[in-house]
Amino acid sequence: MDSVISLTDIRRVFTMGDQQFEALKGVSFSVSAGEFVAIMGASGSGKSTCMNILGCLDRPTTGEYRLDGVDVGSMNHDQLADIRNSKLGFVFQGFNLLPRTPAVENVELPLVYAKVPAKERRQRALAAMEHVGLNGKENNHPTQLSGGQQQRVAIARALVNSPAVILADEPTGNLDSATSEEIMNLFNELNRNGITIIMVTHEPDVAAHAARRITFRDGSIIADTRA
Amino acid sequence: MDMLQTLKIALRALRTNKMRSFLTMLGIIIGIAAVIAMMAVGAGASHVIAQQIASIGSNIILVIPGSTTSGGIRVGSGSTQTLTSDDVKAIIAECPSVEFAAPSVRTTSQVIYGNMNWSTVVMGTTPELFDIREWGVVNGRSIGQQDVDGAAKVCLLGQTVAENLFGEEDPVGKIVRIKKVPFTVIGVLERKGQSPQGQDQDDSIFVPLKTDQRNLVRSQFTNTVGAARVKAKSKELLDNAEQEVQSLLNQRHRITNGKEPDYTIRNLSEILAVAEQSSRAMSLLLGSVASISLIVGGIGIMNIMLVSVTERTREIGIRMAIGARRNDILMQFMTEAVLLTMIGGIIGIGLGAGGAMVVSKMLEWPTLISVQSVTIAFLFSAAVGIFFGFYPARKAARLNPIDALRYE
Repeated sequence: MDSVISLTDIRRVFTMGDQQFEALKGVSFSVSAGEFVAIMGASGSGKSTCMNILGCLDRPTTGEYRLDGVDVGSMNHDQLADIRNSKLGFVFQGFNLLPRTPAVENVELPLVYAKVPAKERRQRALAAMEHVGLNGKENNHPTQLSGGQQQRVAIARALVNSPAVILADEPTGNLDSATSEEIMNLFNELNRNGITIIMVTHEPDVAAHAARRITFRDGSIIADTRA
Repeated sequence: MDMLQTLKIALRALRTNKMRSFLTMLGIIIGIAAVIAMMAVGAGASHVIAQQIASIGSNIILVIPGSTTSGGIRVGSGSTQTLTSDDVKAIIAECPSVEFAAPSVRTTSQVIYGNMNWSTVVMGTTPELFDIREWGVVNGRSIGQQDVDGAAKVCLLGQTVAENLFGEEDPVGKIVRIKKVPFTVIGVLERKGQSPQGQDQDDSIFVPLKTDQRNLVRSQFTNTVGAARVKAKSKELLDNAEQEVQSLLNQRHRITNGKEPDYTIRNLSEILAVAEQSSRAMSLLLGSVASISLIVGGIGIMNIMLVSVTERTREIGIRMAIGARRNDILMQFMTEAVLLTMIGGIIGIGLGAGGAMVVSKMLEWPTLISVQSVTIAFLFSAAVGIFFGFYPARKAARLNPIDALRYE
């Protein structure tokens, strides 16, 4: 199978004054198209640092990161922004929707930066919202939506530019268990339709929805299991 | 990101904090309004001076009889009778840079028509005076050479005199009496307004020089004149004309080196040029004071934009994660700042124009709002936005997306 993501001996060293801290100590793994991976670990284990690198928000100190066949390691700010725009979709714990902005415009946002014409933008945003079951909520502002609905808007926004991978960072962290279950079922459904998902979580029952679990401890992978 | 979308986002951000946006704009509004109003008042002043220059006529020098010293006693200028009609004729004949020269004799007299009377200035002069002062007739005809040669008892009325003696009646052809001598009114001059010294130029009557000398002045020196106006052929020849007149009069009055001349030459346009220069300096000063308030307003914009960037750090992080380039963020905040100052600029222009109108109504001071000053003010307000918006916008664009996303 093709790997969408391949990390080879990734190290990330943070320097604070004269102190150095190695958050990732040579991490290597690859993810194939259509996989649903949960990244687990206690806080400080390096999973967030790994997620930032996967999301092209941070660059590794050493090591090679290939995303969808492209070497991301040597790219500049603008190139990284374009990669995030075209190949990645983000779902955050705190939803991170723009306040005072209608749901549909939140979903359109990645397409705005991709310079998609307004008419096509709106069509694709509405289609993505239908996909996550948000018909009729297009013009609601985030504050007028429940937590589950806000997270669905965020998922629609992550889907709208047809990314290679969706990166979800504790997507159920701010939701009650019933709503968490709904959102995880939605992820499973998207995954069955062929979308690659990488999700960070520390809850085992949320991770149980993923077919593969990678566990971090002290900057290294200690387990990589498939159900 | 396209411009329309950027504009939409900026407008939404400004609408979110309406009061704050307005207060931020206020600095620019006041600054631009002040600049516009000051420029309007300054332009009005220049316009008044330009009108006054036109009213006395351009490229003119004034020759008046000067002081003489007799037995160690110096007498003030204009008090002697050393300038004659022959001097004026000689100026016309012998000075190549001179286009016209007109002598005048000035007396004050009571003028009577029917049961009305009015005290006014009576000027004896020649037809050239009206060419020099570019002063036309609205009714009837002007004084001609034949009137001067024949010492005809005719007169031309200024508007103020015509109004006071005749009211609505047509003065042409009527007889007025000046010092008991009857004169036929041949015409009424057009309105001239105030002189640079604030005198009403329309409060005067003009009669042929010779008539005046014979019938009104009746002095023993019938040939003397009170003043002579000399018009140079062009602005460039004004200095030449002055020198020619000076050397001619020195020769005619036998004034050798070291001896004090018995006449004075004044350049009227020069006096006004100085006045115009000082009014220009004044409006420049007012304008620069107003620009300082614009700079203060700009600093206010910068301050609020910095607060706004901090407040919206998370939004910036979201946009960056989703694929906004640094330049997109930069443009977004720049657009917001420029929009603030441009809206402020437009309101300020309106307010400044209104203020100028109020000033001109209340103080009866003419104001002029030129397209040029409006354009400059508008561009300046946009420039203030670009200048003071750049630093906050750059700060936003340089944020690290990871930190920005985590910002609470």
